[in-house]
Amino acid sequence: MSEKNYFFAVARIRVREKYLLTDSDISQMAGLPDEKSVVSYLLDKGWGDAGSGEDPTKILAAEEKKVSSLMRELKVDPKIFEVLSYPQSFHNLKAGIKEICASEKSPAAFYESVSPTRAEILGILMEKDYKALPSAMQAAAEKAYDTMLKTRDGQKTDVIIDRACLDAMEEAAKKYRGSLLGEYEESTVAVTDIQIAVRALRTRKDRAFLEAALAPCQSLDVKALARTASEGEEAFYDFLADHGFGEAADALRASSAAFDRWCDNSRIRTLLPEKRNPGTSGPLVAYYLGRMNEIKTVRILITAKANHFPEEAIRERVREMYG
Amino acid sequence: MSLGMVFALTGAVLSTAMAGIGSAWGVGRAGQAAAGVVAEDPDSFARVLLLQLLPGTQGIYGLLVTFITLSRIGILGGTPVTDTHTGLLYLLACLPIAVVGLVSAYHQGMCSVASIGLVAKKPDQFGRAMIFPAMVETYAILALLISILCITNIG
Repeated sequence: MSEKNYFFAVARIRVREKYLLTDSDISQMAGLPDEKSVVSYLLDKGWGDAGSGEDPTKILAAEEKKVSSLMRELKVDPKIFEVLSYPQSFHNLKAGIKEICASEKSPAAFYESVSPTRAEILGILMEKDYKALPSAMQAAAEKAYDTMLKTRDGQKTDVIIDRACLDAMEEAAKKYRGSLLGEYEESTVAVTDIQIAVRALRTRKDRAFLEAALAPCQSLDVKALARTASEGEEAFYDFLADHGFGEAADALRASSAAFDRWCDNSRIRTLLPEKRNPGTSGPLVAYYLGRMNEIKTVRILITAKANHFPEEAIRERVREMYG
Repeated sequence: MSLGMVFALTGAVLSTAMAGIGSAWGVGRAGQAAAGVVAEDPDSFARVLLLQLLPGTQGIYGLLVTFITLSRIGILGGTPVTDTHTGLLYLLACLPIAVVGLVSAYHQGMCSVASIGLVAKKPDQFGRAMIFPAMVETYAILALLISILCITNIG
């Protein structure tokens, strides 16, 4: 998209921002008695489409589709959209490999609105035509598929693909340095590295696993992170506090849910300055990411309500909103 | 035609041209943003149209100064300029609205774009949103006054 057209697109996004869920909407939904009332609240807000009815899964899928088609309609640079879709695209790759190896169809495991789609992934893997994949996925797809076929180790496959996804995001962070997209990708890689290290620490994974899983990034020394993660929790928390992630250490001390919440909130906070930016692609990117965060939070809320979580436990898990 | 007349005409032309370029840019940018808002919310047309028009005034001020100048230098009336000194004075007198018109219309356009974004999100803030670009207008009006005062006092 050329720079001259951002004024039109950003103005459209500003109108749409009025309809984003706010923190108070989320708080209200957390206080609702059951899943059905949350769905009804969302339908009142205009969520879902003609075909989704009151099925929460279909409503959320419809919302994902809406935001993706809006981005295409606004002619956001496809390269930017490709970067934004990395987590979903790499997820589709994982789902494709597992579907083929398990010989069991699972279309619900795929994101429909991003490329490569389920059909594309399955076709490429069957044909071993990895070059048809986006360049960031090619090597990882080949390695992960071979590993899965030979070892049937789903976790190992996940590690390969997740690492490739993080490496691709870090490349994007370097390429788009100085823009919102660059900052967001960098923040996402650093936060995800911390998440991986936390899980490894708590499941007592060895250092070799950590070194394979952690993606180097500019804002975090991952070698030191891997080292401290194998030294115990207190050393790890001190490391985080010393490297500008004190809030993450506090959240970890509180609970796992509080830490997951911090991870998402810290990403969302990088988007907030775009609310005041009138003429670049930043607000479009921020809107897309804000909407995806909204959908993720609603998914958590609906799942928690369906499983009869107490209200306090739900409030601990809900994320800050961009709206 | 004397060299003085060339200078005076240059001043008259610059008033309209430079202020007009600024206004065209500002109104164009604000128009893109206004169209974006109307695409989502057609009811906001009147509000965003007013904001879009604000950077257009500099072009009108430039035109006004051009007419006053032409009516004094013997083109549309007045006494033809025969000496270089008087011609230069007219050129200098036209410069405030030419330069300030160009720069203020650019910035007012950007301000209008931001205000259109504000109205898009919070339509009830229209009154306040109008004030921000209107503040930029102050400097275009000051430049217009100075240009008119100078032109009308030459000779």
